[in-house]
Amino acid sequence: MGKPVHSILSKNFIADNDRTDWHDETLWMVRKKRDYASSQIPEWETLRQWASQIKAHTLSNLDHYLTVFEKNANANGIQVHWAANAAEHNEIIYGIIKQTGISSMVKSKSMLTEECHLNEYLQDKGLQVTDTDLGEWIIQLRKEHPSHIVLPAIHLKKKDVSDTFHQHIQTEKNNNDPKYLTTAARHHLRNIFIKSKLAITGVNFAIAETGGIVICTNEGNADMGVHGAAVHIACMGIEKIIPETLHLSIFLRLLARSATGQAITTYSSHFTSPRKGQQMHIVIVDNGRTRLLGNNNFRNSLKCIRCAACFNTCPVYRKTGGHSYHSIVAGPIGSILNPNTDIKANADLPFACTLCGSCSNVCPVKIDIHNQLWIWRQQISKEGYAGKTKSLSMKVMAYILSHPNVYRFSGNVFRMTLKYFPFIVKNKLNPWYRQREMPEAPKKSFRQWYIQKQKSEFKKQHIKKDS
Amino acid sequence: MNSRSNILKKIAENKPASESLPVLRFDDTIHYADKQAQFIKALQNVVAEVLEFYGYAAINTLYKNLQAAGKKIVNTIPEIDDVNNQLPSLSAENLAGVEIAFIKGLVAVAENGAVWVTEEQMQNRLLPFICEHLYLVIERENIVDTMHQAYQKIDTAASGFGVFIAGPSKTADIEQSLVIGAHGPKKTTIIIIN
Repeated sequence: MGKPVHSILSKNFIADNDRTDWHDETLWMVRKKRDYASSQIPEWETLRQWASQIKAHTLSNLDHYLTVFEKNANANGIQVHWAANAAEHNEIIYGIIKQTGISSMVKSKSMLTEECHLNEYLQDKGLQVTDTDLGEWIIQLRKEHPSHIVLPAIHLKKKDVSDTFHQHIQTEKNNNDPKYLTTAARHHLRNIFIKSKLAITGVNFAIAETGGIVICTNEGNADMGVHGAAVHIACMGIEKIIPETLHLSIFLRLLARSATGQAITTYSSHFTSPRKGQQMHIVIVDNGRTRLLGNNNFRNSLKCIRCAACFNTCPVYRKTGGHSYHSIVAGPIGSILNPNTDIKANADLPFACTLCGSCSNVCPVKIDIHNQLWIWRQQISKEGYAGKTKSLSMKVMAYILSHPNVYRFSGNVFRMTLKYFPFIVKNKLNPWYRQREMPEAPKKSFRQWYIQKQKSEFKKQHIKKDS
Repeated sequence: MNSRSNILKKIAENKPASESLPVLRFDDTIHYADKQAQFIKALQNVVAEVLEFYGYAAINTLYKNLQAAGKKIVNTIPEIDDVNNQLPSLSAENLAGVEIAFIKGLVAVAENGAVWVTEEQMQNRLLPFICEHLYLVIERENIVDTMHQAYQKIDTAASGFGVFIAGPSKTADIEQSLVIGAHGPKKTTIIIIN
């Protein structure tokens, strides 16, 4: 099998019609909740503008704010580490763990540690890592990856979860009740929380002014892990910094409303210094982010606060599922970020998009997502990664569109084909015909219609004048 | 190899020209005619229970009744009862069986039902998360409109740990079905003192 491609992987997902429809409708429901929640705030657009500007300001002074953050964090008794890439991130964390001699640990949701494949790395070293966000734990048991950055198990149905739990924690077979299953997970994970002495978390916001971090969860799993542990390791990308505590008020008003339509997550936990006797580490990671910072076209993607509003609204994401994006961060924002780390492996992603622009409309920090995807397409085609069929068809299209006579001729041929030889188009070899009806061909082209109309208007006017 | 200086150097080379911070006019954001009514509405949305009491005496009665019913309670509010001074050093194992905790909140947010609690009030960072049923006590005059006013009122750096809590813990990770009681409390009651 060749390298994974969105269009091919999507086929697996859409093979099950009911599941595809459920996925589509469920995420659209989340999008509608976001619409309702944002409509309750008259200053919503002002908040988006402020958030976007604060992020722009921070990115343009990122070295300053990171060093201020580090200084303040150190003063609070937090140890700060810097990692150039995923490998160094993993090594630093392993180094800390090794010193403690702890062999099993709990983890709360962190897209960065997913990006760095930390779980696999630590497990290879013989350590036991338990993901504690319910969705993350489900997919960890199933040896899968999250299909959504906020709703990691959204690709699964309750029957799937029931089967997985029956296999791993001996819940009743075919008991698909979400409450029953959640309670079973609660009991199982609570024992692990209580015994665990080391917790790894992500970071939602790091505040330069205080040297503290904020973590948002609904389940309380980050707090259950951290407060019981002797060692807390928090991992963050360099772009998680914001200048002041007061800025949190803007981001926290936007984050949950954009993500799930909640006014705020259940817990917004502010960790400023370690508990008495506790060790606290923060690992600050680059892993390609400084490269994005230097790129005028894609820099804005670093403003992302990982709310996933762009996922929920995206017609392609909703219909094809997160795993079709063959990357840790799927959806529209992922299709910007992933080509930055590996343009060849992710060349297909910016094309998994209709350029409808809905993502940019819902983005709480006003990232011009669809515009950036369009720019990626051009760059990918220019660098020769677009794939032969796409490049060739684009070249043919470019030739046709830049030669009016050829354009008119091919339009006529296509209309005639649809009318007299439909089987040429309506067959399985044409990817556009799969799951689609071809349109009725109009009798004439717009140009023919327009010329005729002009002629008859002209006649009418002159006849009037003459009479 | 020094990744710190490398990263900072790359940022210095790659960052764009400095952009200014926006002027934040928090006075122009939403204000509720009746903050308490909005707060209660927001609490209902996050599936929290609300009690309105006049003074601590009523909480005292509630507390005594719960004690009499044999519940394992941890109190952190001196106005209600004596506070166990060993509380800060209790471990997860020690706290595992706590059924009920009483903690005082400093600020309550009308727009979203969140209550700000710091380490000083909770005594033990794990307590508000590990208990089965959390009672948060908030004085009526500490209800503010939005997060903007809340952050103007609190000092996050003054405590090693602080948290906004909005209702009981919850999840919808199984087919988007809301289940109350994920890893934290299964029930949260907000007592507003009028």
